Amino acid sequence: MSDDPSTSADAPTSADAPTSADSVLPAGVERRTIGGEETLATRGEPVYGEPTDGDWRAWNASRSKLGATFELGMETGLAGGDRVLYLGAAAGTTVSHVADFAGPTYAVEFAPRPTRDLLAVAEPRDRLFPLLKDARAPETYAHVVESDLDAIVQDVATRGQADVAVRNAQFLADDGRLVAAIKARSEDVTADPEAVFDRAVDRLGDAYEVLERRRLEPYHDDHLAVVARPR
Amino acid sequence: MTDSDADSGWFESVPPDDLEVAREVIENGSAESPKDWPKQAVEARFAEDKDNYYDRLHEAANYAARETVKERERADDQQLKHSIRAMDDCERTANELAERAAEWAGSLFADVDAGIEGAREVATRQPDTEAERRAVSLAERAVDLADEAAAIRGFIERTAPSVAPNLAAMAGPVLATRLIALAGGLETLAKKPSGTVQVLGAEDALFAHLEGRAPSPKHGIIFTHEYVRETRPEDRGSAARAVAGKLTIAARIDHYSGDLREEVHEELRDRIATIRARADADEEGDR
Repeated sequence: MSDDPSTSADAPTSADAPTSADSVLPAGVERRTIGGEETLATRGEPVYGEPTDGDWRAWNASRSKLGATFELGMETGLAGGDRVLYLGAAAGTTVSHVADFAGPTYAVEFAPRPTRDLLAVAEPRDRLFPLLKDARAPETYAHVVESDLDAIVQDVATRGQADVAVRNAQFLADDGRLVAAIKARSEDVTADPEAVFDRAVDRLGDAYEVLERRRLEPYHDDHLAVVARPR
Repeated sequence: MTDSDADSGWFESVPPDDLEVAREVIENGSAESPKDWPKQAVEARFAEDKDNYYDRLHEAANYAARETVKERERADDQQLKHSIRAMDDCERTANELAERAAEWAGSLFADVDAGIEGAREVATRQPDTEAERRAVSLAERAVDLADEAAAIRGFIERTAPSVAPNLAAMAGPVLATRLIALAGGLETLAKKPSGTVQVLGAEDALFAHLEGRAPSPKHGIIFTHEYVRETRPEDRGSAARAVAGKLTIAARIDHYSGDLREEVHEELRDRIATIRARADADEEGDR
């Protein structure tokens, strides 16, 4: 998955109880003490007033579902230098950290207002490409986003989140990874979140083999993180 | 320059360094499936190597997104302009009709209150006669219009912060929208001097002054801002000047960059506190 020899290539084995959470962090993401707090951090231009220490900027897991996914020790399979498609980039909080450790990163966001903030994030990051597109319609950006990507990171808050992941599977390399956050309330505010998650994971099965699923409490309520690879 | 070939990359027919064409293709093009675009772009001599390709994509994607965001938000400011006018029309008409309905219903039923609330109550009555039916029906229409005005207000409150985040935060979404509508759009508002913004909505008074018939107006629509209205009369001119100055800056930030800047809001709070402290100082002096 990675061009970077410093990360262990054959990591994904048992998903249960990783002995050391740090072993699954991509190169370029580190656990550091910034402003007296232990936190995930990446190196890059500060974006949202986050605490910094030299080049390192804190990555607040409560503000980022991918951050929480790392914080909980899930094996995302993401590696430093990965080529990434990020769906639901919003104002760019999380995608800024992804672009810090990854390689070329395509950031898809549909709403103009957050895209304005995303542009400020993309400007100083020369391998971050903002795309004002609807993640439900991949054909509208398949002429820009390259094939055989190492990873899709998804955080779209629309109905049919699993559908979005399935439609975008075409961008992934055979050994690529999907790291998705599924928000229960976006699918159905009244249903039991577990039932919503089961349905979503079931739908993902049309295009992916799900490797690990885990709820993102205490960082994010009623969110499920899913790591999967294309079938 | 569009997707004549459904399987070509965005760069195929883009002349080097033509960002406009690149934007057009990125936005409106499509492909059935992704390909190894960096490799194809190098083969097509669009770029010297992959690094160069990514540099160009970065430039083109940023340009395309920035221009489109600007365009869409500009269009949204025109929606705000229509909506605030429609809201005012609905409110005015609802009030007039409610008065009429209340007056009519008052001759038919006991205990009819004036205004929209009165009409709301009349609308719930069971009419028995033809005249009652008409009066109740009229009250229903007045209530519907008042509800429409409220719904439009909700739209304005949701839309203004995305069109003009700083202006909406400083003035509230409704006053921000009134300023945009009076100026004709966010861009025209951003280009007005602060002295003009200060008297927007007081055009009659301003022209009376220019013709020598009246003193210069101290404030226009910004009088509805609590910083102006709730400052004592002798300091209101200063407050209006300060508010207009910062609103002008807020509109410029919103038009040209669009990020929420806390400093400008903080500066206005400080300035108003200083102006209002004069009143306290005068009271001290009187003692």
